[in-house]
Amino acid sequence: MTRHTPPPPAAGCRNAPVLKQRGQHEVFCGLTGIIWLHRKMQDAFFLVVGSRTCAHLLQSAAGVMIFAEPRFGTAILEETDLAGLADAQEELEAQVERLLERRGDIRQLFLVGSCPSEVIKLDLARAAERLSARHAPRVRVLNYSGSGIETTFTEGEDACLAAMVPALPATDRRQLMLVGALPDVVEDQALDLLAQMGITDVTVLPARHADSDVAVGPNTVFALTQPFLGGTHAALERRGARHIPAPFPFGEEGTTAWLRAVAREFGVDPARFDAVTDAPRARARHAVAKATETLNGKSVFFFPDSQLEVPLARFLTRECGMEALEVGTPYLHKGVVGAELDLLADGTALSEGQDVDLQLDRCRAARPDLTVCGLGLANPLEAEGLTTKWAIELVFTPVHFYEQAGDLAGLFSRPLRRRAALKLEAAE
Amino acid sequence: MKLSVWTYEGPPHVGAMRVATGMTGLHYVLHAPQGDTYADLLFTMIERRNHRPPVTYTTFQARDLGSDTANLFKTACQGAYERFKPQAMIVGASCTAELIQDDPGGMAETMGLPVPVIPLELPSYQRKENFGADETFHQLVRALARPVEKTPQITANLVGPTALGFRHRDDITEVTALLEEMGIGVNVTAPMGAAPADLARLGAAHFNVLMYPETAESACRWMERALDLPYTKTVPIGVGATRDFVAEVAELAGVTPRLDTARLRLPWYSESVDSTYLTGKRVFIFGDGTHVAAAARIARDEMGFEVVGLGCYNREMARPIRALARDYGVEALISDDYLDVEAQVEALAPELILGTQMERHIGKRLGIPCAVISAPVHVQDFPARYSPQMGIEGANVIFDTWVHPLVMGLEEHLLHMFRDDFEFHDDAGASHHGGQHVPRVPTADRPEAPAAATPDAITWRAEAERELRKIPFFVRGKARRNTETFAAERGLCEIGIDTLYEAKAHYAR
Repeated sequence: MTRHTPPPPAAGCRNAPVLKQRGQHEVFCGLTGIIWLHRKMQDAFFLVVGSRTCAHLLQSAAGVMIFAEPRFGTAILEETDLAGLADAQEELEAQVERLLERRGDIRQLFLVGSCPSEVIKLDLARAAERLSARHAPRVRVLNYSGSGIETTFTEGEDACLAAMVPALPATDRRQLMLVGALPDVVEDQALDLLAQMGITDVTVLPARHADSDVAVGPNTVFALTQPFLGGTHAALERRGARHIPAPFPFGEEGTTAWLRAVAREFGVDPARFDAVTDAPRARARHAVAKATETLNGKSVFFFPDSQLEVPLARFLTRECGMEALEVGTPYLHKGVVGAELDLLADGTALSEGQDVDLQLDRCRAARPDLTVCGLGLANPLEAEGLTTKWAIELVFTPVHFYEQAGDLAGLFSRPLRRRAALKLEAAE
Repeated sequence: MKLSVWTYEGPPHVGAMRVATGMTGLHYVLHAPQGDTYADLLFTMIERRNHRPPVTYTTFQARDLGSDTANLFKTACQGAYERFKPQAMIVGASCTAELIQDDPGGMAETMGLPVPVIPLELPSYQRKENFGADETFHQLVRALARPVEKTPQITANLVGPTALGFRHRDDITEVTALLEEMGIGVNVTAPMGAAPADLARLGAAHFNVLMYPETAESACRWMERALDLPYTKTVPIGVGATRDFVAEVAELAGVTPRLDTARLRLPWYSESVDSTYLTGKRVFIFGDGTHVAAAARIARDEMGFEVVGLGCYNREMARPIRALARDYGVEALISDDYLDVEAQVEALAPELILGTQMERHIGKRLGIPCAVISAPVHVQDFPARYSPQMGIEGANVIFDTWVHPLVMGLEEHLLHMFRDDFEFHDDAGASHHGGQHVPRVPTADRPEAPAAATPDAITWRAEAERELRKIPFFVRGKARRNTETFAAERGLCEIGIDTLYEAKAHYAR
């Protein structure tokens, strides 16, 4: 098979300098992850213990209120709860009782900490323990923090999955664990590809239902499907599992590299690997090529958002012919995205954290063809004549693995095609 | 602690943002943790604003809590002044910052910034968005407005419109036109479009038009006392209210009342025979107090509906809304719990809901049409076209908006005539709504979901159930409920075709 992607850059960016700034962070907090986590875990309820702001964030980030009675809610702290902490514990337990009574379908309950609950040091771990004891085995109660003071956007999923790990049963089975909440359709594609290679003892975290027998142990190897799962990575290692480092399965190159790392771990014969991947690889390349017609030679600038920025910059620069002017990310976990950094062209500007006003100045000066940013910045930048791609869609849309590679490229090419298509001026 | 699924109002600092974002030349420094910046997207996405809200967030994180969040605030405040050079600043805390008690107001005061800095005390654990807007505007006006010479021409201030308001943009145009017809100019519109310098000359007007009591009543009360500015009490939404408003303004300004009704179409549209079918339609009204009060009057007096229930989510308006409900012979529902409202709608089974985006969802779930009359807002509530609620055009817009979710008059008539027709059947829905044609499913194959409130003791005989299915969907719920009530009152435990028609005769009007 001929290579369609360029050879890796000489040095890559693993040891490149990173611009770190401290100022206003224009990012979501970790509570936002509830929007997709509650769709993934179909018998889980996410109870945020927080303020009206948390509730307002959840319904605003969801964009529209899709579900009449969704499987998430906010226990809003009131003046009386703040006065004495003993009260808050009891109040919370009372709320949970009422909730579980009304929602007999709930098998997992996550008590999700917020900024206010962290600041007043409300002990959700203790609450979870007590509630778990009371409601086991029907309902398992876990807790994690999605607060903005501790988590940035996708780190909420990381905190949630990491909280699940200590509760997993132990196993000595030789197995592969896929880690990360993917849309079911994408997850099924991945499992199918692995099965074709003969890797069938595969478990997924998070599972769709609480009663799936996900277990972990010293003979478990795990592959991350998302780059923001550093905490879960550490929690799994503490349980004796071993990480398979790899680029992330975005685009044809990323998916192949990810699968190859797994295949190597399981001793899959290279001929079999090629036989399984040749056709979907060709389809992925073909699909990406269409978007590349628009993206080739264009420049892209990433504001920090989901930690997907580094893998996506790798995909756009290596498979779509784009040039990355700045790749901003909330956190740069070199242990997790190291293989991605190796593939980023030498000299790509990397930034971690944010001072949004200074970054906007850099963006305006760089005049990128495409700016990837959050919803708060997109329209203002469009009004300034910059073309934007709002980043949250990259988290909500199926974009992983071969069959979605074209869709992923399409998410970036559509804003550019749209700007080119609109004729809003006089014909002259 | 209270479990909330959806909220009608955001936290109070979002109300402050609505004031700041509506204005120009003002900057808001908000002591808030990382993540609270989500509020920007309300303005840039829902309202499609092409500028970032003028807000600097300190976005502190856990690691800052141990060290010096106060310093972080000062740096952010200084940086915001230098970058944006505003005429005035407001400073405050969001819910989390309130807990760490850094006192943004006190700190900003010590910084000696060369512009007025107005501290905001917005108790996040007690109050909500509307309070936040009202209090912020009140404090701004108190700090900036001074007695000044009146304008030679009679002028008024338009007070209350904010960013993210329900049709505020277009209401301003409409009310400006109403005043202009009477020879009254607009001195300042605020907060929307005003700069701090404009607030300084609020006192030059002869009176205030309080457009939205939710966001500006406190400021108007203060201006009445401190600047001798009386304010209007009528909100000109609907034909009758617009006429009352014109009379009230004429009285305040000492001019002749004038209202050009050449473009007013609601009265004739309501009188025309196609609207006969609207008569006595049972409506449930819910939203903010101001819009609910206006909608109730329009519903009863201008559309000929029957108001079967009403209420508001903002507790500040509880008293007037309770009084209003008594006038309408119903009990007011004062609640910000979406599930309470849903239960009430389910119990009342209205034929139309006039509500917010929340009630639109309730309606969708229960199969009841809904028109939106009030905030909280959705991107759909910012249409590209001119679409006010106030004044003459507002009345026209309201007629269209309220009738649109219903099956149209002639169509409803035809559905009654050809109730078992193979094309005119209720699964097809209203013909002017989107959606593919749905072929009729033979009734025998289709179990009719039993009404939620079926008393256990009463059963429907199969032929009565079949007859019920022939009744168009938009009245079927009512027919079922009436028949069951009728049966229950008579101690019947079985409903036959006769019971159905006896009940129909009993409830005929």
